[in-house]
Amino acid sequence: MTSPTTARARNPIANTLTAGKLPRGTGWYVLAGSWIAMGIVVDILQGAPALVKLNVVAAIFFGTILYGAIIFMLSSLVEGGRKAKDRLVTALVTTAFIIALLPLISLLYTVAVRGAVRFFDTTFFTESMRNIVGPGGGELQAIVGTLEITAFAAVISIPIGLMTSIYLVEYGRGHLARAITFFVDVMTGIPSIVAGLFAFALFDLVFGTAVHNGAVGAVALAVLMIPIVVRSSEEILKIVPNELREASYALGVPKWLTIVRIVLPTSIAGITTGIMLSIARVIGETAPLLLTAGFSASMNYNLFSQQMQTLPVFVYTQYSQQEGSFTLAYNNRAWAAALTLVVIVVVLNLVGRIIARAFAPKLSR
Amino acid sequence: MTTLTGRVIKARRRLGDRVFSGLSLTAGAIILIALVLVAAFLIEQSIPGFAVTDKKTLATTLAANGIWAYALPLAFGTVWAAALALLMAFPISVGIALFISHFAPRALAQVLGYIIDLLAAIPSVVFGLWGIFVLAPAVLPIYNWLAQNLGAIPLFTGPVSATGRTILTAAIVLAVMIVPLMTAMCREVFLQTPRLHEEAALALGATRWEMIRIAVFPFGRSGMVSAAMLGLGRALGETMAVALVLSPASVISFALLTSNNPSTIAANIALNFANSTGLSVNQLIATGLILFVITLVVNSAARFIVNRRKAFSGAN
Repeated sequence: MTSPTTARARNPIANTLTAGKLPRGTGWYVLAGSWIAMGIVVDILQGAPALVKLNVVAAIFFGTILYGAIIFMLSSLVEGGRKAKDRLVTALVTTAFIIALLPLISLLYTVAVRGAVRFFDTTFFTESMRNIVGPGGGELQAIVGTLEITAFAAVISIPIGLMTSIYLVEYGRGHLARAITFFVDVMTGIPSIVAGLFAFALFDLVFGTAVHNGAVGAVALAVLMIPIVVRSSEEILKIVPNELREASYALGVPKWLTIVRIVLPTSIAGITTGIMLSIARVIGETAPLLLTAGFSASMNYNLFSQQMQTLPVFVYTQYSQQEGSFTLAYNNRAWAAALTLVVIVVVLNLVGRIIARAFAPKLSR
Repeated sequence: MTTLTGRVIKARRRLGDRVFSGLSLTAGAIILIALVLVAAFLIEQSIPGFAVTDKKTLATTLAANGIWAYALPLAFGTVWAAALALLMAFPISVGIALFISHFAPRALAQVLGYIIDLLAAIPSVVFGLWGIFVLAPAVLPIYNWLAQNLGAIPLFTGPVSATGRTILTAAIVLAVMIVPLMTAMCREVFLQTPRLHEEAALALGATRWEMIRIAVFPFGRSGMVSAAMLGLGRALGETMAVALVLSPASVISFALLTSNNPSTIAANIALNFANSTGLSVNQLIATGLILFVITLVVNSAARFIVNRRKAFSGAN
């Protein structure tokens, strides 16, 4: 039972400090209200021929826009123009974030649902596509190819990348260091397809004929991977405290031993993270591998002869080289391979971040 | 106390030191050499593509009307798609960066940053599939509506492509792909705004938006410009998303919604490389060289702007 006296006592006189302000939480109510309203509108429009198949995504999107308009009007009536503009910008900025989330959620959802059809099928991971037309088959040859090519690319890139970052942080002075920094930055911007063309042209020149095998693909990936490794390791090496180096020098330890025994162990977690993220970046590259490693339906363990299938190229070829009436089987394989790829990339990212978190050196600053 | 003489005491050069610094210098030099080689090999391989102008020889190759007639629509498509993507992605990236740096609760900000970074990690071929199977059907009704109601504007003239796989769809996919890159960079710059500037603005009675306008934006302007250019560079070179989504034709057309779309250089190489031999390969590499030059100019300009403001060390 509610007593009328408490209700009256709570608001005896208007509080002048909060006059001209919207009550707290108004924004949230308006937001929820606009989402629901737009949900209803979209639901009604479902029948209209021009706007079929708009759904939750559309409701949230248009609802958020409606929210911006309503909150701007309310606020300019109650709080005045400046505050209203502030609220409008807050709404817009939040909308921008939601807009960016929509494709991510939609993509992850689609890949999970469509990929699941074949992803939990063991033959998918234990068989290749040799002599398969239509349903069945698997991506084993692509997984093997991706692992071998990426590993070879990492073997090329990690020493070069790491040593370069050591040069830039510990030794580099003057023009050469500045040139290297600048060109590493420029190299991050090389289109992946150009890296593929470079590797192709390099081997074409050396062997005098067009070469398609895993090693060419690995060189192309290394061109893309080196700058990422350099940048990330450089950032990490820079935050190793100078006191550590100076303490080591003071004890008479030579510079190279200081780097090997003091600087690198201190920053090893960050370097590992950077390397894992760079692997995650190049493992999904399609275009350079399409030009260099080619594609194949059969197993190929040899990096140095014959074309080699990789996961991203598998996805692409399953979509683009379909045979006749088996569209669904090909699409399902493409999505399942896409799911495999996304899982690998996400796991690499997560593990990398966890390593960075867990093993980060305790800096005094 | 004796005064110090002018003699500088030099550390003994140990073998290990010399080997180690030599190795690290070599690694750095390899990178410079590799970049020079990329340019040199592309030029070497594309010379035949540019040089052969004999009509009879050309008739059997990809560029039957000469390399420039072949490359021009592709170069146009590349720039057009990338520009559209930038137009859509830039405001959103600035918005997200502001949301993470100045609007979201502190505890959430880092997690939100990770989520956006995750978007950057998704392989482009997966984006391509998504563009075909999810995005194209989803935007088709909107395209129909645009063509019916705004068809008078040349951009939106019909007939609308029945599949929804147009240059605008490709540009939307590209936009989604470059948002994380630009967001990361804008966020970095916004977070470096001097605290005192922000607090001074707030103390003068500015609202949060006014504080951003008078303190954060002026400080971050060059960073935002170079973020936009880096995003443009990435969009110019992106291959698979465009190759999968677009059904290309060799045209120069600004129409966004029709099935008659210009292809991009990168997508064109990916689609035709496997089936090409001889001179056609050289022609494709020649278009690749054009792409390399375009992205090199855009990226160098972006880096030049960043490097003038040394404060943004983590700009990549």
